[in-house]
Parts: sequence; C-alpha cells; structure tokens
Amino acid sequence: MKSYEKIIEVLLFICALVAIIGVLLISFFILKEGIPVISKYGFTKFVFGTTWAPMRHEYGIYPMIVGSLLVTTGALAIGVPIGLGCAIFLAEIANTKLAKVIRPGVELLAGIPSVIYGLYGLVVIVPFIRKTFHNQGFSILAGSIILAIMILPTIVNISEAAIRSVPKEYKEGSLALGSSHWQAISNVIVPSARSGILAAVVLGMGRAIGETMAVIMITGNTTTIPNSILSPIRTLTGNIGIEMGYASGEHQKALFATGVVLFIFIMILNFIANMIPKRVGE
Amino acid sequence: MNKLNNSIENTKKSHGSSKSVKTIKASEKFAFTLLWICAILTIIILFAIIGSVLINGLPYVTWDFLTQEPENMGKEGGIFSVIITTLYLTIFSLIIAAPIGIAAATFLTEYSKESPVIKIIRFATESLSGIPSIIFGLFGYVFFVVFLKFKYSIVSGGLTLTLMILPTIIRTTEEAIKAVPRSYREGSLALGATKWQTTYKVVLPTAIPGILTGVILGIGRVVGETAAVIFTAGSSLGLPSSVWRPGRTMAVHLYILASEGLSKDNMYATASVLIITVLIINLVANKLINRLVKV
Repeated sequence: MKSYEKIIEVLLFICALVAIIGVLLISFFILKEGIPVISKYGFTKFVFGTTWAPMRHEYGIYPMIVGSLLVTTGALAIGVPIGLGCAIFLAEIANTKLAKVIRPGVELLAGIPSVIYGLYGLVVIVPFIRKTFHNQGFSILAGSIILAIMILPTIVNISEAAIRSVPKEYKEGSLALGSSHWQAISNVIVPSARSGILAAVVLGMGRAIGETMAVIMITGNTTTIPNSILSPIRTLTGNIGIEMGYASGEHQKALFATGVVLFIFIMILNFIANMIPKRVGE
Repeated sequence: MNKLNNSIENTKKSHGSSKSVKTIKASEKFAFTLLWICAILTIIILFAIIGSVLINGLPYVTWDFLTQEPENMGKEGGIFSVIITTLYLTIFSLIIAAPIGIAAATFLTEYSKESPVIKIIRFATESLSGIPSIIFGLFGYVFFVVFLKFKYSIVSGGLTLTLMILPTIIRTTEEAIKAVPRSYREGSLALGATKWQTTYKVVLPTAIPGILTGVILGIGRVVGETAAVIFTAGSSLGLPSSVWRPGRTMAVHLYILASEGLSKDNMYATASVLIITVLIINLVANKLINRLVKV
C-alpha cells in the first residue's frame, strides 16, 4: 500500500514537470535553430539591418522590430484607456445585473479566435481606413485597432481584480473627507491599484507583440520602415508567419532567428509582469 | 498606512482648490459618462464582430455545406473534412493534455509544499501561457515535424497544442481543487483512506465542474488556433486517414480562404461555423463557472 502511494506521487510529480520540460525544449530548439544565423551575420547587422532580402542573403529585421513596437504602442494607446474605463466601471459603478452582462462579454472577446479578428479587420476596418484616408487601408492603424480589441480582456480582467483588491477603508476614508465618488476613484482607488494596472498593461503588451494571424491579415506586411500610422508594416510575428510556409535552408533559419528576438521580447515582458504585484498588499 | 495617508493628502489637495460643488458634480458626471461609454463600447464591439460574421455567413451554412467535401481548393463545396480534422485534433490534444494537466495540478495543490521546485514549475507554467502561438508553431515544426520525424500530422499538431493548453488546464484545475473544503479531506482520511484514495475518490470528483471548465477552455483554444497548427498539422485538404496524416482545421481553412480571397461566401460560412462553435464552448464554460461559484 505504501509503495503504491509512493508510485502515484512520483507519477503526479512527473506530470507536473512536463511544463518545465516544455519550456526548456521550446527555448532550446528555438535558440538552436536561430542563433547560428544571428552569429553568422552579426547581432547588430541582424537586429539593426534595414533590408530583408532572403534571396540576396540579407537578413535585417529592424523594420519588423519597428513595426511590432509601433503596432503594439498603437494597440496600447487605444486599448488601455477603454479597458481601464471598462474595469473601473465593472468594479465601481456597475450593479450586479449589468456586470453579469458585461463580464461574460469580455470573456467572450477573449475566446474569439484570432483569425476571426483578422477577418473582421480585413472586411471592416481596412476598407474603412481605405475610404477615409484614400490609401491602401492595410496599415499600422488597422493593426492597432484590432490588437486593441484583442487585448481588452487582459486589460479589463487584471485591472478589475487590482481595483477590487483596494481595501474598502481607502475609499471610505476618501468619501468621509467629503470627496465625490469620482474623486475617490481618480485620487485614491486607481492610484492605489496602479501596480496591478501596470501588470495588465505589460501582459496586454505581450499579447499584442505575440499576435500573428490577425496582424498578418491587416497590416500589409511590407518590409519597409513606416513613416506614418497609415503606412503598411510587417511585424516580427508576421515575418515568421508569412514566410515559414515556403522558406528553406538559411532563409528558414533566419525566421527562427526572428523567433529568437520575439522570444526574448516576450520573456522580458513575462518576467516583468511576474515581478509586479497584481493586487494591493501582495 | 503610509499609502492611505498619501491618498488622503491627495484628496485634500483636490478639495483645497477652489472647486465649487457644481464643477465637482459636473466633472463626476462627465467622467462617469466616459466610463459608461467604455463599457458599452466593449459590448458593441463584441456584437459588431459576431454580427458581421453571422449576417454574412449564416445564409450559406446549409446542411450540404456541413456535410460535403471542399472542392476546388475550398472555393466550392462544404467543409466536412475540415470539421472532422478539427475534431480529431481537439480530441487528440485533450486525451494527452487533460490527464497530464489534471495530474500536475493535483500534485501542485495536494502533494507539494512550497519549495524551489514548485516555484520553478509555477514559473514555467506562467511562461508557457505567455509564449505566442507562432513560437509554438516554430517549435512544433522543428521538434515534432522535423526532429522526431512525425511530419505534418495530427500527432505533431496535437502534441504542440497539448503544450499550449496545458497552462489553462493546470490553472483552472488548481483553482477547482483549492475550492474543495478541507473537511472533505479530513473526513475521508479519518475513515482510514490513504492520501491517494482521498484525492481520487473525494477531492477530484468534487472538483469536476472546475476541471471541466479548464478542459473546455482548452478546447476553445485548440479550435481557434491557427499559427501553431498550420506549421505542425499542415493545411492539406481531405480527411486524414490516420493520426500520422496531415489535415486542415476550420481556423486554418478560414485563414486560407480569407488571405487568398478564394470565395467570400464559403469564407463567411466557415467563419460562422467557427464562431458558433466558440460561442457554444464559452456558454458551456460560463454555465460551469457559475455552478462552481455556488458550491
């Protein structure tokens, strides 16, 4: 009986190790495939090179790094205010009935597949931008709008949890001093929850930088450095997603190298998000 | 306490300025209107996306569309094999991910004390959930497809997806197990049951709604995934004759139809089937979560 119990415990432990093994395998294989190209052409030339021409063995991903950062910044600029507003609304203003409608709605937004977002961008957002600004429509702006919607659930859920974790006494103290509900929210509650809100923004950023399919479908994917938010761009994820289908040899390794850079970005963001306390008092 | 003092200072400051009650009221009204708009906007966006897909696609979702094979690269015909491939891939990933995920969560909650190893496992699970799907796609391609020579197949795709949905299953199962009252375990142990008997016969059955929620959310991710699937399970049309054959899932089919502009009607119809599947999955998960809260 004792040994039987022990075997079970060991089996359970092995299953728990799968996550570690997974992360190690992923890191190892992405690095193993990607590092050779980076070291062959030099880190600076790979990261800051402005030409991506696999046919001529030129692998510079600077335009994609700029593209990823711009489209992510745009997504945050649109998504964070709306998401934070929604979170404050859910935590402070909405009654239970209203929250019961909005919260599942936000959950559902998280469940919609990225191709559907891409499709919506392709048939609604891109034509809209094309008509409004008389250009091709595929642009940073289109990507930012769709990504803003995609990161809403992350922003709303984590911010709301952070706001709810602010002790009641803070709010009561503020109200007792004669401030209005809004003054309590803007001067006391939200500032107290700022670290959780920051974590939400960092995680949202991670989602936006890592998103692939929706972005490929609506940003135009040109490998030039953009000069306005209406310019088309290609992101790091887009670079991999588009060319992986037909690349081979060194070209394919260069896509893995792009993956290495993306992976490092994501790991840094994950690490930061992990460090930030998400609730008051954590 | 310091924080509280600061906050009070802030409040005082904003009061100290010569704002009249009227302006305070007006600014509150303005701010609350903005908050309302944010919340309503979120719901409007949701309805706009689902609505635009269903309005354009539902008329083409016919019995024939669901039961006929795609023809002419998907330009004509239905999506039968695409639905079946999606089903295969979902079942395959779940058969592997669910037991491992539930076992891992059981270990983390019932068998372990806080130790460095546990912290590393937690960190790994968190990291795994933050890795973008395109990275999973790259990894799945180089490891399962090339290195282990599984080729483009349901196996390669399923194993890649297993890693992707593992964090979801582990986290929800952990929550569910933690919610089981201590007295249940004590009662079972007092009756002379061993730790595993208690876990297996008392704790896990009680936690089933929560565990199911995790599994269902996992299904949702598998059904909607594109980037990780296209480079591991491939995108070839036709019914896979075994798990070692490649196939095309609904999400991949939709992506190809949309990006190559093959057929608008079939594109919208596929999108409708996909979104209805996702809606059902979320509805079921939501019902289960509500039940969980009551317990």
